[in-house]
Amino acid sequence: MPLTALMAVVPMICVTLTGIACMMAEAFRNRGERMPIGGLGVIGLAGAGIAAGALWGQNTTSFGVVQADNFGLFVTIVLVVIGLLTIAFSSQVLERDDVPSGEYYALTLFGLAGMILMATATDLLLIFLALEVLSLAVYVLTAIRRDSFAGAEAGFKYFLLGGFSSAFFLYGIAFAFGVTGSTRLDRIAAVLTSRAATEHPLMLVAMGLLLIGFGFKVSAVPFHMWTPDAYEGAPAVVAGFMSTGVKAAAFAAFARVFLSTLEPMRAAWMPALSAIAIATMILGTMVGVAQTGLKRMLAYSSIAHGGYLLVALVSGNEIGKAAILFYLLVYGLTNVGAFAIVALAGTRERGNDSLTDYAGLWHRHPTLATLMTIFLLSLGGFPPTAGFVAKWYVFSAAVGSGDYLLAIIGVLTSVVSVFFYLRVVVMMYMAEGAAEVSRPIVGPVAALALAVSAILIFYLGILPAQVMTLAADSIATIF
Amino acid sequence: MPPLTHYLVLSAILFAIGTLGVFLRRNVITILLSIEIMLNAVNLSFVAFGRYLGTVDGQIIVFFVVTVAAAEAAVGLALVIALFRHRETLNPDAFTTLRW
Repeated sequence: MPLTALMAVVPMICVTLTGIACMMAEAFRNRGERMPIGGLGVIGLAGAGIAAGALWGQNTTSFGVVQADNFGLFVTIVLVVIGLLTIAFSSQVLERDDVPSGEYYALTLFGLAGMILMATATDLLLIFLALEVLSLAVYVLTAIRRDSFAGAEAGFKYFLLGGFSSAFFLYGIAFAFGVTGSTRLDRIAAVLTSRAATEHPLMLVAMGLLLIGFGFKVSAVPFHMWTPDAYEGAPAVVAGFMSTGVKAAAFAAFARVFLSTLEPMRAAWMPALSAIAIATMILGTMVGVAQTGLKRMLAYSSIAHGGYLLVALVSGNEIGKAAILFYLLVYGLTNVGAFAIVALAGTRERGNDSLTDYAGLWHRHPTLATLMTIFLLSLGGFPPTAGFVAKWYVFSAAVGSGDYLLAIIGVLTSVVSVFFYLRVVVMMYMAEGAAEVSRPIVGPVAALALAVSAILIFYLGILPAQVMTLAADSIATIF
Repeated sequence: MPPLTHYLVLSAILFAIGTLGVFLRRNVITILLSIEIMLNAVNLSFVAFGRYLGTVDGQIIVFFVVTVAAAEAAVGLALVIALFRHRETLNPDAFTTLRW
């Protein structure tokens, strides 16, 4: 086997090897010795990012089951950005909460390796394996605080529903394999050219089961039950990581399977997916309004954002496909930042998760309050932030393909969602803070990462054309 | 040899038993076992389809699934131990700090 056959998996290998290195570093660390394990992770992720840049446009394939096309590489780069931001925010929080850093970074990197694999895999079985690699890492990350009962409970609930949904996903793969004789996406697509195959009852069952499996992973209604619990119980940095990273990887595979391989069956999945998108947007927003905890509110907000991504997926036109990639990048930057501020605002004993804990943050820490405002406004879709442009692309894609109902519900729910984002902002500026809430301390690395995210949010909000063109180029390779 | 449908029906029944087990049983270990039953029901489908199509692919896929199931069981049991240390019970109804 020539070494060039490995080219397409180089970004994933970079991240995996660094993950193993982190694990070894932790194992051979003397008690009490401090090691910059996070820095090691940054090197690995930088390597993956550079490798993804070098592979850009080459469309290399490894073993026929991993394809480093521009679509996969774009998502890889989004995942690298999410990983870098997560590591930057983590170091300070880990020390404060006394979380074993070697384990934490190793699991984060293994999770990222699974996500990168999922974004570039072109075989249903490999997508399943990647899904399991990333899920197992994230289950443990959710429960990584041993002293926290909520963490263990959240991890277990996430695990239970995750394992349950993987079984459905796998059952879908089994039927697709039975009908088409292969798990490779290109071979399945080759069989699905005839009417007999697209209308085969077992193939419809396969499609439905795959839809359930993906629905769980992107937390679409009615498969969203685990999301609020998992995000609330997990440490805030982990919640930021999994709300963005898992979603990006799952949507990449979702789009690859449904918009490319199962495109001939569009008539069958389109109504179901539209209904799911509508339910997701409405429920995410309405229940989000009623929340009094910031992490839980952000969890419902993340469900609603999943709904907007589904709208882009349903529309299925050029602009919709590019909008998925753009939205994932913007959402990643914004949500990791918002959860990071929740993490920084808390203390070891007190999560400072309740909305009232943010009262008067402006007086205690003006910079943090300003940054939180930027992230929340971007999540709510205010111009000139990136969130506005991302939503604009999604809704114009829906209008372009004639899905007016989806576009209207999308716009209405984003207007309602502004209410709960602004409620936090008003709380931070107008209300008086309680005396027992301490002033948050932000380390230099976290401050830098927050500043970079905020600048990128404004950059993508004011000059989105360049990145949007890049996203539009990326989708040309697979669809 | 029985036709393909027999295997598929058996597999579907096993999958349904597993699914019901996840919802109805009130012991977290049994719930974990129910998920294992679901995965093994799928394995049966893979082997039956593989045999029907005349390839060994189905059987090879089963090896991957068994590996994943083992890894999942390890993580699942570790999480159960973490839960049990906080509350000395295996009844999922006791784990309600986070509201659904």
